[in-house]
Amino acid sequence: MCTTCGCSDDAPLRLTRMLDRSAPHEHAPHRHVPQSTQTKRLEQDILGRNDRSAATNRSRFAGQGILALNLLSSPGSGKTSLLERTLTDRARTWPMSVIEGDQHTLNDARRIRATGAAAVQLNTGAGCHLEAEMVGQALDELQAPPHSIVFIENVGNLVCPALFDLGEHCKVVLLSVTEGDDKPLKYPHMFRAASLMIINKTDLLPYVDFSIQACVAAARQVNPQIQVMQVSAKTGEGFEDWYQWLDAQRSRPAPDRAPLRIGRRVA
Amino acid sequence: MHELSISRSLVELACAHAEGRPVIRLRVAVGKLSAVMPDALRFCFETVRRDTLLHDAALEIEEVAGLAQCAGCGQRFAMPLTGARCACGERQFRLLAGEELKIVELELQEEIN
Repeated sequence: MCTTCGCSDDAPLRLTRMLDRSAPHEHAPHRHVPQSTQTKRLEQDILGRNDRSAATNRSRFAGQGILALNLLSSPGSGKTSLLERTLTDRARTWPMSVIEGDQHTLNDARRIRATGAAAVQLNTGAGCHLEAEMVGQALDELQAPPHSIVFIENVGNLVCPALFDLGEHCKVVLLSVTEGDDKPLKYPHMFRAASLMIINKTDLLPYVDFSIQACVAAARQVNPQIQVMQVSAKTGEGFEDWYQWLDAQRSRPAPDRAPLRIGRRVA
Repeated sequence: MHELSISRSLVELACAHAEGRPVIRLRVAVGKLSAVMPDALRFCFETVRRDTLLHDAALEIEEVAGLAQCAGCGQRFAMPLTGARCACGERQFRLLAGEELKIVELELQEEIN
């Protein structure tokens, strides 16, 4: 069969898709090369490789009783500030360490280390999100003790990191009151993927037009199950809720698989 | 631009299943709730497939709409990106479709002569 136009010679072969048959083309000069095709049904997850690395991380966390949380937000919502306060306040309560993801600089890892906690900085260069394999490498470096908490601070980005399972217990999304209260509707993937939404910088509420109620309604519209809390990493307001939540997560058994995503299958 | 990273995974996975043969056609399913833009995926695919078994492959993208099942009455309803609730008023639902991101099939060339 001709691969240019699909005209057939004697071979009873199938060619499902060809080049544009309607485009004018010479018939006489081109040679009819007998060609058969084979269609392979795959049904394989494109992110399968990442998911396998995430599964490795997950069993590593589960095996050592480590609580791993994937922290996500826009740049500047206060992920690092939330961690600084947490690491300082609870240094004697729980062993904690941090994997920092940023495109460039060691600034955030330095801020974390200044609290006395161990930190590994991952620089993704042009990359807009962390992937499970990177986290696996960071874990080799970090050597987090058993029964500790590992915070994975993802690259500040409300889109891409939603897709990449890192093997975490769950995703925690931060949003600050200086952002729009409709952000969960503008970036629904992230808010659908997260188990907890933390509204940060509540000390600034008197100065901005941010409605907590509208924000919570927007988040629950895309994810009816999402838990919500309000904090100020600057003043410490609301942190008791956060610590109680962390404590509750620590006593929950680690998941042995990723949250189920429709149509996804780890090969 | 996670579509670049996804295109790389796509090409890597397709090549692994191509048995060394050129790929004529590649069909992928992209859920409308998957945070992957078909146009961006096509754009990145053009770059990533160069010098691979997919250099002449046609990329077919099948978009899968969001579909949910109400946790209350069991009714199925369309789930847009911005969320929805069942007509019965129940908020909880189970997603049945829309987050797909997979290679459905490959068509491989087989030279006879």
